[in-house]
Amino acid sequence: MRSPASVVEPAPATTTPAALPAPPVHTRRRRSGGHLLLTAVTWLLALFFAGPVLWMLLTSFHSEADAATNPPSLLAPLTLSGYGEFFGANSGISPVRPLVNSLIASVGSTVMVLVLALPAAYALSIKSIVKWRDVLFFFLSTKMMPIVAALLPLYLLANYIGGLDKIWFLLIVYMVMNLPIAVWMLRSFLADVPVEMIEAAEIDGASLMTTLRRVLLPVILPGMAATSLICFIFSWNELLVARVLTGVSAQTAPVFLTGFVSSQGLFLAKVCAASMVISIPVLIAGLTAQDKFVQGLTLGAVK
Amino acid sequence: MSRTGVEQVPPVSQHARTGRRQAWLRRAPLLPALIFMIALTQVPFLASLVISTYHWNSLLPDETKFVGFDNYVTVFTDTDLRSAVITTFLLTATVVIVSVFFGGTIALLVNRKFFGRGLARTMLITPFLIVPVAAALVWKHAILNPSYGLLNGTLTWIWSLFGQQNAPQLDPLSTHPLMSVEASLIWQWTPFMMLIILAGLQSQPMDIVEAARVDGAGEFNIFRFITLPHLRRYVELGALLGSIYIVQNFDAVFTLTSGALGTANLPYIVYQTFYVSNEYGLASAAGVVVVAGTLVIATFVLRTMFSMFRTELVR
Repeated sequence: MRSPASVVEPAPATTTPAALPAPPVHTRRRRSGGHLLLTAVTWLLALFFAGPVLWMLLTSFHSEADAATNPPSLLAPLTLSGYGEFFGANSGISPVRPLVNSLIASVGSTVMVLVLALPAAYALSIKSIVKWRDVLFFFLSTKMMPIVAALLPLYLLANYIGGLDKIWFLLIVYMVMNLPIAVWMLRSFLADVPVEMIEAAEIDGASLMTTLRRVLLPVILPGMAATSLICFIFSWNELLVARVLTGVSAQTAPVFLTGFVSSQGLFLAKVCAASMVISIPVLIAGLTAQDKFVQGLTLGAVK
Repeated sequence: MSRTGVEQVPPVSQHARTGRRQAWLRRAPLLPALIFMIALTQVPFLASLVISTYHWNSLLPDETKFVGFDNYVTVFTDTDLRSAVITTFLLTATVVIVSVFFGGTIALLVNRKFFGRGLARTMLITPFLIVPVAAALVWKHAILNPSYGLLNGTLTWIWSLFGQQNAPQLDPLSTHPLMSVEASLIWQWTPFMMLIILAGLQSQPMDIVEAARVDGAGEFNIFRFITLPHLRRYVELGALLGSIYIVQNFDAVFTLTSGALGTANLPYIVYQTFYVSNEYGLASAAGVVVVAGTLVIATFVLRTMFSMFRTELVR
C-alpha cells in the first residue's frame, strides 16, 4: 500500500490523447485552477493504484540480480530470463499443465453454466412462473454461502466418486459457484428485452428455439459475453477449492503459484513473470468487459 | 389456453390438467439449473451439519463417535478459533470501510472530464484484474520484502535524494502482519467500490441537479442533499457485496502470512482444521459457524438487492 507510485514511470500520461471531448471554453477557464489540481490528484492516485502492477511488469523483465536491489534499479537492462525461469528453463518444472488445467476448468465451467443459466433466466424473466421471485432469491442466497462450509462434504463426495485430483470435478464445483451469478446477470439483460418483441415472434408462429435464437440471442449477446467473461474470471482466480480438491495432475495455475509462497533465494523476476502470465487472461477479460463489469459484479443490480 | 364450451361435461378437471401441464412447461427450462444447485449446495450443507455433530479425525477413524454439540463448544471456547472470529471481523470491516472511502473519493474525482480520463480509469481498475494469489505474491516478495522490496527501496531512494544514507527500513509483514494483509486487500478492493459508486454517480438524474442549481443551491449543498442520498444505495450494495467476498478471503491470508501472527481468519482456520489437522467434525462445526455469521450479512444484501429489484420493476 505505502508504495509511492511516482517512482514508477509516469510515461503513459503523455502518450494518449484525451479521449473525451473538451468542455466548453468558458467552463474550463472558470474552473481552471481547481480543475488542474483535481486532475493532478486523480493522476497521482491512478499511478499509486497501478504502481504495484507496473512494478510487477517491469520487474518481470529484469534479471534476478537487478530485481533485488535497494534502491530499485529502474533502468536496468530488460531480459526475458524471468519468463524463461517460470517456464522451467533450469528447474524443469513446467507450468503449462496447470495453465491448461485452469483453462479447461474455467472455459468448461463457463460454457456449462451458460447452458444451464440461459433457459433458467429465460423462464424467470420472460415466462411468468409462480414464486419466480423466491427462486431467483434462492439462487442469490447460494452465492452468499461461504464455500469453506461446503469444502469438506465436496472433498468427501469427490473421494467417494473418484473425483479427487480430477479436472472434471473441479469444473462442476466452479459451475456451482458461478451459476447464481450467471442466472442473475442474464436475467437482468433479458429484462431489457421488450416483451412485445417476443410476443410478436410467438404470434408469427415461431417455436421456442427459434424465438431464442433469432429474437433473443442477438439482443442479449453482449450481455452473454459479459456474463461469460465474469464467470471465467471467477473460476480462473479460484484457489481454495482447487488447492483442496486437486493434487498433482489436475493442479490449476493458482495452486501452482502457491509454490512461490515461501522465499527461494533470488526469484523476484520469476515470481513477477509468473504473476504476469497468470493474470494476463484476467486483464484481457476484465478490460474487454469493462462497460458491463459493474452490472456483472453486482449481479445485475447496478446498470 | 382457450375456454372450454359449456356443453362439455368435465371441464374442470380438463382445465386443471392442461393448466398444470402449461405451468410445468413454463417451469421446465428452469429445472435443470434449480435441481443442480439444490443438489450441490443444500445437500453438502446438510452433510456439514451432520458431520459437525461427530468427533471425526480421518487419521483416527476408529475413534469416530457422535458427540452432539461438543464441536460447537470447542469452536466458541478454543482461543485460536475465537481469535479467528475477531480477526475475520476486523479484517472485513477495515477493508470494506477503507476501500469504500477511497473508492468513493476516486469515483468523485473520475466522474469529471479531464485529460486522459479513459486511461486513468483503466489504471485504477487494474488492481482488481490481477489474480488474487499473484497479487498477494507480488505484495509479499516484490513490495513488502524487507531487504529489496519496493517499499524499502523507495524509502532508500527518497532519503538518498537528500544525501542521507540511513533511510528507515520497514518490515510490516513481521511488525504489522494484519495491517499488511488489509493493505493489500484494500488495494485490490478499492477499484470494485469505485466502479459501483461511479455507476451510481453516472445514473444520477441531472435534471434535478440542474433545477437545484437554477434555484441557487451551492455545489456543496447539491452534493450533500442530492448526490449523497442518491449514492446511498450504491454504497450499501458495494459494502455488502464486498463484505460477502472479504469474509471468505483465503488467498491473501494464506499467501502473505500463512495465517501466522494473528492473521488467521475463519476460512483459513477451517481450511487448516480440515486439510492439515484432519479434524473433520471440528472443521464442519467451524464452517457452520461461518455460514451463520455470513447469514447476517446476507440478509442485508438480500434486502438491498430486493429493494433495487423492485424499483427496477417499477421503472
